[in-house]
Amino acid sequence: MKLEINGKAHELGDIDPSTPLLWVLRDTLGLVGTKYGCGIAQCSACTVHLDGQPVQSCRLPVGSIGNRPVRTIEGLAEDDETLHPVQQAWIDEDVAQCGYCQAGQIMSAVALLERNPRPTDADIDAAMGRHLCRCGTYIRIRKAIHRAAASIAKEGR
Amino acid sequence: MQKRPIPVDPYLPEFMQEEMARAAALPHVSRRGFIKLSGVVGGGLVLGFTLGPVARAAAQGGRGADVFAPNAYVQVRPDGVIILYAKNPEVGQGVKTALPMIVAEELDADWSQVRVEQSAINEALYGRQVAGGSRSIPTSWEPLRRAGAVARAMLVRAAAETLEVDASELVTEAGYVIHRASGRRLGYGELAARAAELPVPDPASVPLKDRKDFRLLGRRITGVDNRAIVTGKPLFGIDQRIPGMRYATFVKAPAIGARAVSANLGEVKDMRGVEDAFLVEARGAVVEFSPAAPSMLSGVAIIADSTWAALQAAGKLKVEWDERDASKDSWSQAVEEARRLAAGRPQQVLSEKGDVEGAFARAERTVDAFYTYPFVAHADLEPQNCTAWCKDDGSVEIWAPTQTPQSAIEGTAALLGIDPGKVTLHQLRGGGGFGRRLANDSVIQAVAISKRIGAPVKVQWTREDDMQFDYYRPGGFHSFRAALDSEGRLAAFEDHFVTFTRDGSTPVASGSLAENEFPASVLPNARLVQSMIPTKLPTGPWRAPGSNAIAFAIQSFLHECAVAAGRDHLEFLLEVMGEPRWLTPGDLWSLNTERAARVIRLAAEKAGWGRELPPGRGLGLAFHFSHAGHFAEVAEVSVDDDRKLTVHKVTVAGDIGPIVNLSGAENQAEGSVIDGFSTALGLEITFENGRAQQSNFDRYPLLRMPHAPEVEVHFVDSDFGPTGIGEPVLPPVAPAICNAIYAACGHRVRTLPLTKEGFRV
Repeated sequence: MKLEINGKAHELGDIDPSTPLLWVLRDTLGLVGTKYGCGIAQCSACTVHLDGQPVQSCRLPVGSIGNRPVRTIEGLAEDDETLHPVQQAWIDEDVAQCGYCQAGQIMSAVALLERNPRPTDADIDAAMGRHLCRCGTYIRIRKAIHRAAASIAKEGR
Repeated sequence: MQKRPIPVDPYLPEFMQEEMARAAALPHVSRRGFIKLSGVVGGGLVLGFTLGPVARAAAQGGRGADVFAPNAYVQVRPDGVIILYAKNPEVGQGVKTALPMIVAEELDADWSQVRVEQSAINEALYGRQVAGGSRSIPTSWEPLRRAGAVARAMLVRAAAETLEVDASELVTEAGYVIHRASGRRLGYGELAARAAELPVPDPASVPLKDRKDFRLLGRRITGVDNRAIVTGKPLFGIDQRIPGMRYATFVKAPAIGARAVSANLGEVKDMRGVEDAFLVEARGAVVEFSPAAPSMLSGVAIIADSTWAALQAAGKLKVEWDERDASKDSWSQAVEEARRLAAGRPQQVLSEKGDVEGAFARAERTVDAFYTYPFVAHADLEPQNCTAWCKDDGSVEIWAPTQTPQSAIEGTAALLGIDPGKVTLHQLRGGGGFGRRLANDSVIQAVAISKRIGAPVKVQWTREDDMQFDYYRPGGFHSFRAALDSEGRLAAFEDHFVTFTRDGSTPVASGSLAENEFPASVLPNARLVQSMIPTKLPTGPWRAPGSNAIAFAIQSFLHECAVAAGRDHLEFLLEVMGEPRWLTPGDLWSLNTERAARVIRLAAEKAGWGRELPPGRGLGLAFHFSHAGHFAEVAEVSVDDDRKLTVHKVTVAGDIGPIVNLSGAENQAEGSVIDGFSTALGLEITFENGRAQQSNFDRYPLLRMPHAPEVEVHFVDSDFGPTGIGEPVLPPVAPAICNAIYAACGHRVRTLPLTKEGFRV
């Protein structure tokens, strides 16, 4: 089985097609930025982009992906390590406490801004409401999304 | 009735008190001594204020004969990079940023030139390395300032020699020593080799900065791991991967304390990717919270070549469990039993002072109420996990996101019967702690499994495992009685506390009431009594142990008293606090009513206490002192006719002395408010027949972003010693919200979670 992740093709051999993408990323490919939190699509710590849409990889069988491209947190920054504006905004707002949920949060935020470049608080709540942050960093996540939106509007991406 | 022994610090779990005592009793290690850094880019300066023969030996064993060990706080490299070592575990409380900031301030380092590394575990060098009790800042403040100041003094001395001027003519700024008169500047890197040749001054002799000269402390500094977090670098315990590593899942009994008798191991072992499966015997009393105990749950370990293979196999596993000694606990029965006990004669008197009966006899009116709060889980978003490797040479290497790494090493050594010196533990970032990772049950499990299979193994708990075997915050019950005098003053207070016991004579871990709990501590007439319900459930510290629940009950009841007396809550609470006094002068862990009154007034002022609000909207006030932090909070809420609750805003006013990292402190405050609201609103673990009834976030609904309130944080600028902020913001949150609900709609919340009383968001 083949998978396209962050613009690169990966050969997965004879992997069990029922394996959730999450565990293929973490165990098979060593892309551990995508996190396990609940396994039942409740916390969204495992969010990645499938064909540009945010999906919960803990319930996505790898066999169902086909040739649709996958993007993970490791694929957001540019090759020269320039951060995506959302990543930079997360640092500037000092969002993280433990940081465990933030990769998933960032993936949803990036997808949100790709389809809605200037979201309102209500838009943000609607898009981010499926994520859980045990540390309670929601206030800063909202601020960081506004900051990233402003930064993208100003400098583009 | 028997008298219960008085704890030293009621807000510290007992094991932490032992740790503090142990740290204080550490032998005095030489404060002199430095090691020349010859192996790292041509020389440099390393300082640790307890470097001595032990450090030297560790250094030489660690990286080679000529190289410093990573066991000091400061390392100045010739290229100007400054490495600062953070000694305590990072679980989201921000110490990996805050502790090095303290060193950097006194060192006058340029923060952009600082690289922070997590230190090795080394008790001789660092003392106790624990993330717990909001203790990192207060216990590290003075030693870390001195570590930075010593380094700075030596760099100044080196510059004085280089420039052939008197040290008094030199100043330091952002990584440079500057000779103002001539304008000459020398970078710390240029001075490193020369400084390394100098004798180390006595840390007590070096001058520390005045607070007014702080350049870094008190500013907002973004976390040192933030770039790694937002780029998805392997940081957390669960991210660990080592060559040859196997994946393990551990299947435990549905009833807490049951033992595995047999299982269809053969069938499971034939499954794809499964390498081994075996029964694990129970060892010790794992249900008793004990960070260094080498105890283990009974169950079945499944070893596979991937997480998914192990989980698939766990799904097919059929285990016969022996439940004879297992918990039969039922929360619904406990609630009934608590009501019965509260109505009867208490089993124990915790404290009694003044003339309680006389005050009740003379009372103008009395108020009584019964409060209930449930068991809750920690639910760290990163489930419990550990990677361990018992090697052929008898040594052990562990990668763990633990809050008590030294206890993990002790437990491992005890489990295997080896010298602790043979155990190396790498402390990795924890995806949340909240007290759960003070216990090392998953570490012991991983070590035992690695020993058995003779290979490195990562043991990962599922969410269900994590939620169904926890050291839960115990539920509890308070039957209160208060006497109000003819002036509407609180004349006497009584609390019949009903808690749980494992041994029949003392409360379970984190289930005790301090004998001087507020307001008994400040009132002339007060009685605290206690009864206990037998349990077999595991309990332990959960963010602000004890306080996190007790504050809800007491601060809500005090509001009830104010309402019954027809008094303004703010005025009533300040009156209860009484004259400005420090209950134990000089002891930061003792209530100071002057600091308390200041934060109460500040929160009320900032929240606009007393202003007119539309119907269905209300303000609620609460105060609690714990972990050396004085915090008052005002919640503003709306409640509609269907009990739909909106928490608009929580205003926090706190006094924890000087702030180290303002961004980190504000983040902890915001997070504590959301945690406090989340828990009060909808979280409980109930038990039936010894089984936790909730297993994942679908039935343990943490608060989500759309319902997060605005949080406004104010810190009092005080000169008391700086103390921690991981815990003390949380306790007042629930009572402030519940008091606001009363103000908004007249309903008194006496049972948590709020969803039990029909509230929803």
